Amino acid sequence: MSEVDLLIVGAGPAGMAAAVTARQNGLDVLVIDDQPAPGGQIWRSVETVAATKRGALLGEAYAAGQASAAAFRASGAVYEPGSQLWQIEPGFRAFVTRDRQARVIKARAVILATGAQERPAPFPGWTLPGVLTVGAAQILLKNAGEIPEKPVWIAGSGPLPLLYMTQLLKAGGRVAGYLDTTPKGRLMAALPHLPGALGAMGDLLKGLGWKAALKRAGVPVVKHVAEIEAVGTDKVEQLRYRTANGREAIVSAEVVLVHEGVVPSIHPPLALGCKVEWSDVQACYVPVLDSWGESSQDYVFVAGDGAGIAGAKAAELRGHIAALRAAVKLGRLGEGAADERAAPLRSSLGRELALRPFLDTLFAPRPQVFAPPDETIVCRCEEVSAQEIRDLVKLGRPGPNQVKAFTRAGMGPCQGRQCGYTITHILAQAENRPPGEVGFYRVRPPLKPVTLGELASLDQQEPVA
Amino acid sequence: MSPRDYDVTVIGGGLHGLSAALHLARAGRRVVVLEKSWVGRHASGATAAGVRTLGRDLAEVPVSLEAMEMWHRIGGIVDGDCGFHAHGQIRVAEFEEQMPALLQRAETMRKLGYQHEEIIDRAELQRLVPALSKHCFGALIVRTDGAADPHKTLAAFRRSCEAAGVTIIEGCGVEVIERRGANWLVRCSGERCFSAPVVVNAAGAWAGKLASLFGDEIELGYKASMMIATERLEPLLEPVVSVVGRALSFKQAGQGTLVIGGGLQGSADLDAQRSFVNFTELAKGARAATDLFPAVRDVRIARSWAGMEAKTRDLVPVVGPSPNAPGVFHAFGFSGHGFQLVPVVGAIICDLVVKGGTSRQISGFKPERLMASRQAA
Repeated sequence: MSEVDLLIVGAGPAGMAAAVTARQNGLDVLVIDDQPAPGGQIWRSVETVAATKRGALLGEAYAAGQASAAAFRASGAVYEPGSQLWQIEPGFRAFVTRDRQARVIKARAVILATGAQERPAPFPGWTLPGVLTVGAAQILLKNAGEIPEKPVWIAGSGPLPLLYMTQLLKAGGRVAGYLDTTPKGRLMAALPHLPGALGAMGDLLKGLGWKAALKRAGVPVVKHVAEIEAVGTDKVEQLRYRTANGREAIVSAEVVLVHEGVVPSIHPPLALGCKVEWSDVQACYVPVLDSWGESSQDYVFVAGDGAGIAGAKAAELRGHIAALRAAVKLGRLGEGAADERAAPLRSSLGRELALRPFLDTLFAPRPQVFAPPDETIVCRCEEVSAQEIRDLVKLGRPGPNQVKAFTRAGMGPCQGRQCGYTITHILAQAENRPPGEVGFYRVRPPLKPVTLGELASLDQQEPVA
Repeated sequence: MSPRDYDVTVIGGGLHGLSAALHLARAGRRVVVLEKSWVGRHASGATAAGVRTLGRDLAEVPVSLEAMEMWHRIGGIVDGDCGFHAHGQIRVAEFEEQMPALLQRAETMRKLGYQHEEIIDRAELQRLVPALSKHCFGALIVRTDGAADPHKTLAAFRRSCEAAGVTIIEGCGVEVIERRGANWLVRCSGERCFSAPVVVNAAGAWAGKLASLFGDEIELGYKASMMIATERLEPLLEPVVSVVGRALSFKQAGQGTLVIGGGLQGSADLDAQRSFVNFTELAKGARAATDLFPAVRDVRIARSWAGMEAKTRDLVPVVGPSPNAPGVFHAFGFSGHGFQLVPVVGAIICDLVVKGGTSRQISGFKPERLMASRQAA
């Protein structure tokens, strides 16, 4: 069994930054990540792509990842790409599979830098082939330069659809139309947060730039779309939508990309028993962390978007800060020195976070995301409909775990990542209580699907008397 | 707050508590079930739901056979089929040297007059389970055994209980027990109070603690048996397969997932009501599964868990009246194989409460056997 001071899970902005700082302070560091190269989602394939033509069209913020990846490579941290972490036991024992071989890694401290996932936003027909998330489409663009052949329909809200459309257009793709699902009045609601956000004016201007580019390209934009439905038998053929004003339309569509924001990846902290709390403004759970990013579990840190959505710059800062504290706790750095080094990082982080109330309010998901029509499949793995969940409420006031037992929702290989929040919200509405009180699934291991053969390989390696 | 009056207070909303409540309500008793979390929260929701007479302890065989007869008509007993299928249970001997033990068992059963366990050879084993590795030598089988779906079973028992007039109260943990005249006053969290002359202790892993509130110090351990459920796959096998010398129980559930158990132990914190999977240990189960069913190597595990359950020294349950507390009846300590006994144990408890005794053979289940100072029977 290999043993390290610090195990970092994830090689995105937060994980790479944490590794650099931890190494600078003499910690023995192992970074595992499920992707083949460093960068995380935002800087996916950055080492090979940034210098190419495709890199240029992905933009400046993408190219910035190259320097971070280079610093990470030079840090001296042991880096194991293509590794799936599927369980962490207290102590810590991390169970990892790489090249179909499972093994156990002992670590004294853990930084979870597992990032975010796109918020599941179920609607009728979302399980049809041809319906994807914007994030998934962007991965195809970053990795392989894959561009959908046919014009794509994009439905959603937030910065990512705008960024993706800009990148797609530059790459020669076509956008059939953008159904902007941001509800009416969000800008007015967000404006009071604008003064705080001015410190990060650059990012706001970037967003405006994307909008202008879409306009120049003549992309049709439908505003305040409240409901969407993908129609088709074996794959999506049509897209039906309805605006807040009641305007309905049906358009033919072969590819529909959707996006309703991102939420922290909370399965790893939940599996370690870390406390989480409900964030009303981001409509998700976030881990309860101290000012260093340490969770309610001693020696377990969360950095990056997993600590609460704040973007790549904040993720790097949080990574550095968490690593400083890990170095203190493992006896490599004095508390005073850590405070001193953290101070400028914290003030930069403060500026990054100041933008969030504005963005979170502007792009708060439309209510329909959390109240899918009865016929909508809510749990994709086990094919459970919204109706089935609502019917259960008649039994009393069931929580997510009872719903799981009764309907099998959340029992599939995605571990409830696709249906967890929808179940929480449906129950909250039907039972007339806040989502934070309804709770979330108990997370059962493995965190990532591991095969029986891989688990069996652990037995061969470590025979137990 | 004044107590609510019932004829029977059942403590524990697992399957055994529900089954006892159901039989008692049908016998005309006013029954309340008190459940500290929610119905089926622990062992009943975590079980592999094997319906097995194969290889039972001799003390359990008579009631297990009766329970099996009940399972074959379960839809007439409760509102729902419980997902029960009788595709057989098979105990496989991988190697020739493991056969004598199985032959010996079959011989013992035949001498006692039981016909249900049967030896089969390699050819019959392959015919029944084509996916099984060809190296397996032979097996002991009960063709009428099978498996059910734990959640469907819970739902069916719950529905039937409610239809029979049972009051089920979830989120209601017992805190204090007091004797009031001929009644037991059960004080619960939230200042709730229940009064009845009869109490059924079906509190699973926590039953020993509850028994001591009634003055019964019963030696009781616990198990945290681990289970694996995989992604769904095409039909692979019908019977439930276990193996001599390995911790493996292997079956495919109705919806296509493989459900793999076999008694490998995780750990538990009973006070916190939490259990933990130990993957180093669970790897043995995966190893056994892939050795016996080579085709499943690349099947993905969707989830794993450990269920908490009371375990007795002799692995035989405690079913019977309390030696110290009048009107108190125990039904716990099923030691990881209580699911199949659910329908019959409810009937036994009903006999004990309503008739004051039972014609069913439960002499091996007496609580006294696990108590330091035995009372005269």
